[in-house]
Amino acid sequence: MNNFFEKSDISRSEAENIVSDTLSKCDDGELYLENTKSETLLLDDNKIKNSSYNSDLGFGFRAISDEIVAYSHSNEISKNSLRQSSENLKSTLKSVKGTYNHEIPKSNKKYYDNINPIEQKSLNEKIKILNEVNNYLRSKDNNIKQVTANFLGEQKSVEIIRSGGESLTDVRPLIRFNVSVMLEKNGRKESGVYGVGGRQSYDFYLKDENWKSVCDEALRIASVNLESKPAPAGEMKVVLGPGWPAILIHEAVGHGLEGDFNRKKTSAFHNLMGQKVASEGVTIVDDGTIDNRRGSLTIDDEGTPTEKTVLIENGILKNFMQDRLNARLMKTRSTGSGRRENYRHIVLPRMRNTMMLSGNQTQDEMIKAVDKGIFAVSFGGGQVDITSGKFVFNCTEAYEIVNGKIGSPIKGATLIGDGPSSLKEVSMVGNDMMMDPGIGTCGKAGQGVPVGVAQPSILINKMTVGGTKL
Amino acid sequence: MVKDQEFLEKKASYCLGLAKKLGATESSVIVNNSVSETVNFRNKKLDESNRSDDLGISITTYIGKKKSSISSSNLLDDNLNILIEKCVETTKNTPEDEFNSLPDKDLLAKEVKDLNLYDDTHIENDQKIDYLKKLEFAASSDKKIVNTESSFTQNKSNFILANTEGFCAGYKTSSFTASSVTVAKDEKSMERDYDYSSKCFFKDLDDAGELGKQAADQTIRKLSPKKIGSEKIAIIFDKRIAKGILSTFANAISSSAISRGTSFLKDKVNQKIFSDSINVLDKPDILKGLGSRNFDREGVKTDTLILVEQGILKNYLIDTYNGKKLNLKSNGRYGGTSNLYFENGNLSFKDLLNSKSKSLYITETIGHGNNIVTGDYSVGATGFLVENGEFKYPINEITIAGNFKDMFQHITLANDLEFKYATNSPTMMIEGMVVAGK
Repeated sequence: MNNFFEKSDISRSEAENIVSDTLSKCDDGELYLENTKSETLLLDDNKIKNSSYNSDLGFGFRAISDEIVAYSHSNEISKNSLRQSSENLKSTLKSVKGTYNHEIPKSNKKYYDNINPIEQKSLNEKIKILNEVNNYLRSKDNNIKQVTANFLGEQKSVEIIRSGGESLTDVRPLIRFNVSVMLEKNGRKESGVYGVGGRQSYDFYLKDENWKSVCDEALRIASVNLESKPAPAGEMKVVLGPGWPAILIHEAVGHGLEGDFNRKKTSAFHNLMGQKVASEGVTIVDDGTIDNRRGSLTIDDEGTPTEKTVLIENGILKNFMQDRLNARLMKTRSTGSGRRENYRHIVLPRMRNTMMLSGNQTQDEMIKAVDKGIFAVSFGGGQVDITSGKFVFNCTEAYEIVNGKIGSPIKGATLIGDGPSSLKEVSMVGNDMMMDPGIGTCGKAGQGVPVGVAQPSILINKMTVGGTKL
Repeated sequence: MVKDQEFLEKKASYCLGLAKKLGATESSVIVNNSVSETVNFRNKKLDESNRSDDLGISITTYIGKKKSSISSSNLLDDNLNILIEKCVETTKNTPEDEFNSLPDKDLLAKEVKDLNLYDDTHIENDQKIDYLKKLEFAASSDKKIVNTESSFTQNKSNFILANTEGFCAGYKTSSFTASSVTVAKDEKSMERDYDYSSKCFFKDLDDAGELGKQAADQTIRKLSPKKIGSEKIAIIFDKRIAKGILSTFANAISSSAISRGTSFLKDKVNQKIFSDSINVLDKPDILKGLGSRNFDREGVKTDTLILVEQGILKNYLIDTYNGKKLNLKSNGRYGGTSNLYFENGNLSFKDLLNSKSKSLYITETIGHGNNIVTGDYSVGATGFLVENGEFKYPINEITIAGNFKDMFQHITLANDLEFKYATNSPTMMIEGMVVAGK
């Protein structure tokens, strides 16, 4: 574990005293210390373009009284800096009072190992794989004009010091491996992207040369797109494949079920607790406890152990995702969903691994049930306006469905829907639930955090497809 | 207080010296410090205060044509020693790339002009609170407004860029930013909108009352939206959306996208890519400009650049590495554009609205539907139906789609350019796009 006070002019017990003194009249708060080591290795245009290493150290000091959050952060873990932060917090909260909330649940469960993935594979080994990726892809298809591949590795050590000297720690490994290819044929260019990752060593994901399957998938998507024709425009039936297309769940309902928006009543879901918000058979959970997944956390960034939170059960809205602040104000408990990008940011309730569970139907049955529609397999990303409930997601591999059969590939298009009503349009839920490959990053209030999604194939009766063919 | 030049210079020269001692043939370093203070209000009450003090250093070392870089927020010498040693070691093990090098010495900025980018005024939290009270009072005066959130941020930054060619320069900048986000509700719907003002000098910031009222008005008029059918229709982009289309254009002419062959605008220099009257400029020396600068992140002098003249693409945005690859000189655009804008068109805003019997006025887009490889564009959109120059009713849950290659050829601009952001456009109409709705 990281000793944050080793090179500092302030001792741990002095820091603990400042924390206890600052928070004594507050409802909640903590000193959050973080040390992140990360590396990027990038191959692009036949060359190693970038080899970089980052080491980021800092603290964020938070004090909460009633609804008011005071926050101060700095890179210098020193007596002076911590005292100055304490003064900042006290001056913001000078006229308010609270009772410090000590209760924080404990758990011994861990969902990943205490490793530093960067040090587990040498630079030369990583460069060798990137070059092999480049050679493998370029020898596979003459139409390949560009290959980009990268490794991203990270180890984040955090310590949370609460009033009274209570300390909670976590060491979080995270890796990603991405491949992107561009094809050119008869003057037309198209690209394909694929990646894998999680809270593990590189070898866990890339053993036995299975980086080849990542390359194959990127190339397959690019090849499909090279043959694609303009996407249709208008409302139609949409079949979503399993796995990564669950960005739909993340955007359509996930964000709208985060505690802050519901406490503030700015979410389209804020008055729908206990009501039917999805078709029967639709169950959605947000789970931080799956081993080695990108969105998993042993404890959240407030120190609360994570859990599997049921959001929607058989169509009925059951729970919101909560951090400590919103849970206290809504008179409920934290679901271990308090997260921040790093020490520069305040905690917000966020998603972890958001998953729709399997039903009974097959993908075949869904395709057969569609006269005119699209079958969407791969997505780039999405966004939601949580107040109006409107959300989009951008498909990067899709096909038309004509009379119950999969037809030609279509160009990438944006799909738009309404969060509170779209899940009521789900008419079939598949038996083929799959996790995404581990590449998702969710953005909220300028903070990006790693997340996961999962779903089976689903059939949605009505969504607007943003193509150009009328 | 933000750290002074002397502190940053000392760190920079320490790093350059150490890198050389450890075997780097060349190196460059950026040291920066940024101090921000933010106060947030919600529903007329204090909601959050946030102070951040960020130090950062990034070092790139070269050994011949080998290159690697490190960055850190920990500026203690102990830590820098470990990191620079690691950086030089990694450099040795990284394959050569013939285009790796520091910028050509004759392209480096020789002087640092005072572009009026730093306001020494310090706005105490109590003053921020006064501003936000006024703002929130104006924002919540209509009872349809059910939630208001507003924010005031003061930022002071300083940096030094130094390299082993003898370049060493930097300067302070400041920004004062206020924003208002409001939620309005009626029986049928709930909508959100915002307004925002950001300036280098506090005294230039928008009036708090005006800002709050503008956000509220923009939100209320979105209530009870309808969904329209799918059709081909003229699209008018509000200035805040039109600037995004200009940013996508800038991404597509970056020398990295061009040299990698991943842009739909590759090999289009001296060809007509926009409609006749369109001019695009990138002007780095606007006094108090939000994107103004003397040089880019490599130290290369940044001059005014005409990117598009009468619809014809004139220049790419070039950095040292990709410039060498394309056999072109850097024009000081490492890290992108400075103050990028479309010059004004000929029509007034009103005449532009009136120019079609029916059009869609878009105030917000969502999604990441820009593909600079193919030029395809498809995003979710919110806006208004415009008939005979009048806003008829709000619209949402639609998408708009097209391809930039066609869209650029069908742009008409109004004459209402203002410098609200670093990238700016007048109100923009594009014909021939497809709306998907019902």
